[in-house]
Amino acid sequence: MTATLDSPPVTMTSMADQVAGTEPALALRTLSLTKRFGEVVAVEDVRLEVRRGEFLGVLGPSGCGKTTLLRLIAGFERPDGGGIEIDGLAVSGPRRHQPPERRRIGMVFQESALFPHLDVIGNIGFGLPRRGRVTRVAEMVALVGLAGLQHRMPHELSGGQQQRVALARALAPDPALILLDEPLSSLDATLRAQLRVEVREILRAAGATTVFVTHDQGEALEISDRVAVMRAGRIEQISTPSELYLRPINRFVAGFVGEANLLPGEVRHGEVQTLVGRFRAGNGTLADGTRAEVLLRPEQLHMLPVERLSTPPRPETVLRIVRRVFHGSEVHHVLRSDSGLELEAATPSSSTLEIGTEVIAHARAREVPVYPLDADAAPGSMEPAEAMGPTPIGAEPRRP
Amino acid sequence: MAIPAPLDAARIRSGTRTPAPPPWLVGAGVLVALLGLVPIAYLVILAASSEDAASLVLRDRTLGVLLRTLLLAGTVTTASVLIGVPVAWLTTRSDLPGRRWWTILTLLPLVIPSYVGGYAVVAALGPRGALQSLLEPFGVARLPELYGFPGAALALTLFSFPYVVLSVRGALLRLDPAFEEVSRSLGRGPWRTFLSATLPQLRPAITGGALLVALYSLSDFGAVSLLQFDSFTRAIYVQYRGSFDPTLAAVLALILVACTAGVLLAESRLRGRARYHRSGGGAARRPGVIRLGGWRWPALAFFAVVVGLAVVLPVGTILFWMARGIGLGEPLTQVWGATLNSMLASGLAAVLAVIASIPVAVLAVRHRGLIGSMVERASYAGFALPGIVIGLALVFVAARYLPGLYQTLPLLLVAYLVRFVPEAVGVTRASLLQVSPRIEEVARTLGRPPGGVLREVTLPIIRPGLVAAGALVFLTAMKELPTTILLAPTGFDTLAVRIWSATSEGFFARAAPPALLMVLVAAVSLWFVLRQERER
Repeated sequence: MTATLDSPPVTMTSMADQVAGTEPALALRTLSLTKRFGEVVAVEDVRLEVRRGEFLGVLGPSGCGKTTLLRLIAGFERPDGGGIEIDGLAVSGPRRHQPPERRRIGMVFQESALFPHLDVIGNIGFGLPRRGRVTRVAEMVALVGLAGLQHRMPHELSGGQQQRVALARALAPDPALILLDEPLSSLDATLRAQLRVEVREILRAAGATTVFVTHDQGEALEISDRVAVMRAGRIEQISTPSELYLRPINRFVAGFVGEANLLPGEVRHGEVQTLVGRFRAGNGTLADGTRAEVLLRPEQLHMLPVERLSTPPRPETVLRIVRRVFHGSEVHHVLRSDSGLELEAATPSSSTLEIGTEVIAHARAREVPVYPLDADAAPGSMEPAEAMGPTPIGAEPRRP
Repeated sequence: MAIPAPLDAARIRSGTRTPAPPPWLVGAGVLVALLGLVPIAYLVILAASSEDAASLVLRDRTLGVLLRTLLLAGTVTTASVLIGVPVAWLTTRSDLPGRRWWTILTLLPLVIPSYVGGYAVVAALGPRGALQSLLEPFGVARLPELYGFPGAALALTLFSFPYVVLSVRGALLRLDPAFEEVSRSLGRGPWRTFLSATLPQLRPAITGGALLVALYSLSDFGAVSLLQFDSFTRAIYVQYRGSFDPTLAAVLALILVACTAGVLLAESRLRGRARYHRSGGGAARRPGVIRLGGWRWPALAFFAVVVGLAVVLPVGTILFWMARGIGLGEPLTQVWGATLNSMLASGLAAVLAVIASIPVAVLAVRHRGLIGSMVERASYAGFALPGIVIGLALVFVAARYLPGLYQTLPLLLVAYLVRFVPEAVGVTRASLLQVSPRIEEVARTLGRPPGGVLREVTLPIIRPGLVAAGALVFLTAMKELPTTILLAPTGFDTLAVRIWSATSEGFFARAAPPALLMVLVAAVSLWFVLRQERER
């Protein structure tokens, strides 16, 4: 639990709110949305609010329900509970289901799904009324940078070009909402990194509101205004990318977003004692004797070779470097204690510490996220959902 | 920390993944499916309404027909396996000289429709046939009796054994040579290796091919009627023509349907399993070639006899009678009227069958719910219904409820639809499977309702598939004999009817030109089917 953590169940306040000062118009709102497939709950009690012009990333492992969430918003699935509003209009509800063609949404899939019988112009103009079509298509071609390729057929385009056509096609009718379902994951890594920035710029230029589903955390953090992390149908946390990285709400988010060292320790006098030092235990709400884990990112761990210490360290704090992983700008060192605990520490790649070197580690940060291990240990516990029993649909959300 | 949720499996199981189809689509699909069920339903009603249906079933004559039919199917199937397996093995695994040519020549009989085959056998080996007229100068007054069982079994075997060759050939080419190599390395000779390692693996392919042959000989009308063998199809036809009581014909037809349905069921079961066996991994290497040595002479003789009877005999007979006909001044122009009729009826059938196949295929591929799979299955009923049964049922339905339609082109087209919609659905379905559902979903988000998506996106994309389906139905309908005989308007002769009636009456020269045309049509359709299968 971090000092600043006060996550409300729906959304966290974001920069846009604070700047505008007034309630901005919402492009999308979902009201405790739930969808089951037989026994499996694919989406459970999801509440989202996306502002006009915002870029929301939805991040989660495969099978977490993020694609189902997108398909519910698009209208390809009917929710079993809850509702959806697009631009303030209810499109899904208990007795209401607007078909996809009436929702004013644009969609881009992983496979580009271009109409193979139409050329670039035909594809981009598909959703446009006859009047003004030519002008709008020309605008879109210019926006996505495909001038000169107007008369190509889809199979004559590269993967990246295809996705740009798909994006232009989705944007052309000026939809209230753009839904992107892993649009880049069929491309190779280099192209992907380049195109993700390009896609973001195109969407920004078009002023589009976007919901972007991905399982690639780097992608989500890099281009989203806010990121919703999903697991097993639920949203675990919605935050800005930096908030998500620095103050993940629970161990799952910590491990899914970036690399995480979770150090076990015990609370004593309001501090968690760990192998690498003491950390403040939240607001002092954790009782003495509580077992907890502390999140330390690899770059927060600092190593000191034992041979350079003036006084010999306590033997249980000594770690041995068992592996070096070179990442270009930095080197990650995998450290192992006698008790079998493994930690990862990052240093600039100029570091010369060899495999086998004995070190002790300490952290540069004093205020770090702390997760109590025992669910009943303290009020305000940030225990991940898996430790609890199943919650019946419609029950109160279990997060504080 | 990722949780592997078994979502996809759950989706498939629960079936809720696909959205409910629009009502007009369900309506159209159900209509097409019902079309396939009407004939069989009416026959059941007819048979059940008769008080002595049970006694009709158990009558000596009925049992006699059943036994004769099963005897014929059994003989033809056994003979086809005995010819087909060696042919397949020799052309794929041995160093037989001219293997490639033998392969093509042994598959060629597939392009000969059974009544053309029947015609060839009768016109070559029958009394007053080509052989006798060639032998007469040498004092041969009478050839051994051909009509009945021997002729029917010969004709059907000659023109259906290639089904076994095709199926076994495929299996042999996919076979992993490792099994045989292991067997050889364990000290077994080539012969014992074939029996203990190769043959067991071929069993699914052999059975699959054999079942196709059995289905073919159960439902065949052309060859058995020309060779006057009283199996079910001919007995049904004779019963229908000779008496005013339709009940016995209906009962016979139902028993026949039970037989074909049983064979079809066995075949589909087996095909599913065979596919499963194969999926373990294809053979990366081609198996080694086995040297025949001195055995190559008997092998060549075997091929010469098979090809001589199944290819040279029919083609030679047709050409012989054609030459003789021209010599006798037989007018060739008569053929054109029949050709035009054939093309008209088949062309209309093709267009209608393709249109009817669309809702069924869309339901089956895109809405895999209860309705979708039921409609798809019902539309396949036509596969189990021999042409004679469909024709008979529609004759009864029309005579009873729609007398104005009897012997009109529309009723003939309905019969063609029942018979050929399954074929069209197969092709349409396959091309629809190539279209990603995402493409249709994108069109929805761009403002098109389901009907608009079908019209503007799906149909334009699968157009080549629809054309292929239409062409396939066109070519198959050209060959169709029994439903045409029963339902064609008076005086509406097609090529198939022309061949059949000329042969029945002994006018061999008159049957030759349409027979030649028909072989060409069939050759094109076979090429078409093979190309479709390769693309799939």
